[in-house]
Amino acid sequence: MTSDLFTYTLRLADDAAILGQRLGEWCGHAPTLEEDIGLANVALDHIGQARNLYSYAGEVEGAGRDEDQLCFLRKEREFGNCLLVEQPNGDFAQTIARQLFFSAFMLPFWRKLTGSRDETLAAIAAKAEKEAAYHLRHSGEWTIRLGDGTAESRARMQDAIDLLWPYTGELFEVDGVVERLVADGIAVDPETIRDEWHATLRRVCDEATLTLPPVGWMQSGGRSGRHSESFGHLLSEMQYMQRAYPGMRW
Amino acid sequence: MTEKTTPLWEVFIRSRTGMAHRHCGSVHAADAEMALQAARDVYTRRGEGLSIWVVPSSEIIASDPAQKDELFEPTASKIYRHPTFYEIPEEVGNM
Repeated sequence: MTSDLFTYTLRLADDAAILGQRLGEWCGHAPTLEEDIGLANVALDHIGQARNLYSYAGEVEGAGRDEDQLCFLRKEREFGNCLLVEQPNGDFAQTIARQLFFSAFMLPFWRKLTGSRDETLAAIAAKAEKEAAYHLRHSGEWTIRLGDGTAESRARMQDAIDLLWPYTGELFEVDGVVERLVADGIAVDPETIRDEWHATLRRVCDEATLTLPPVGWMQSGGRSGRHSESFGHLLSEMQYMQRAYPGMRW
Repeated sequence: MTEKTTPLWEVFIRSRTGMAHRHCGSVHAADAEMALQAARDVYTRRGEGLSIWVVPSSEIIASDPAQKDELFEPTASKIYRHPTFYEIPEEVGNM
């Protein structure tokens, strides 16, 4: 039971940390100054969520590991984030599509998790819900403008949606951990938010004159530690400081 | 991004303590909604704001600096317009 809660919390923490790291790669490279700050803001929201979740996971585990050790000293196969969040930034459209898919899921997810029997997860969810609402608004408005923009921006936005779509199936995966925690009133059953998620994406894509792909074949593996080729490179950059200077603190 | 596709917007923020929106800077954005988002991201990161206005910079009508004298100079000699010009009777107390 305790280890289920640890695994579940750690997966949520990994999702947030890895997406935060990816978004942070835009810092100093975004298309405009305004967007540079905007993307960094979203990144920091995710890193803040990750810190709370890692700290709680460490507490649940009870083995003395803190947020830094969980984030910076685990190996590639020990990370349980979904493959979507680790996908490379690509062009701006790919970054926006990744955020849209994820935030459209996380907004109803956090809202439901506020009703969790686990009070800490419920409290983290209450804070994260407001952040996710802005992330969805930000990525949704960009999707609409790029999709309903020039021929070039429209083609790139549609390509990004088609490219990342197969990574959305993992958001809805349910294994034994999730199943047991759902039965216990702690976790969210992702199936209960599929309709809202899909309706959100359809509304945005309709306005953006873009087409959502059919459900089709989906990628899988992140939750059990099987990651994309680029993931090791992400970790080597993210974990460099703790590995080079063990125990280093701010 | 060119000036034509992302024009300039002036940003006004109403702070937690202040009553009125105050001008705090400008952003480039494609339209009003994106200007609001950019203003939120750039100017309210440290809990500064409770409300944002964005106004197309091109819609602001400014006074001509060359007319500075005729517009503002005449008020310089009218010190009686300042509240400090008058003695306030003690009985009035704080105004």
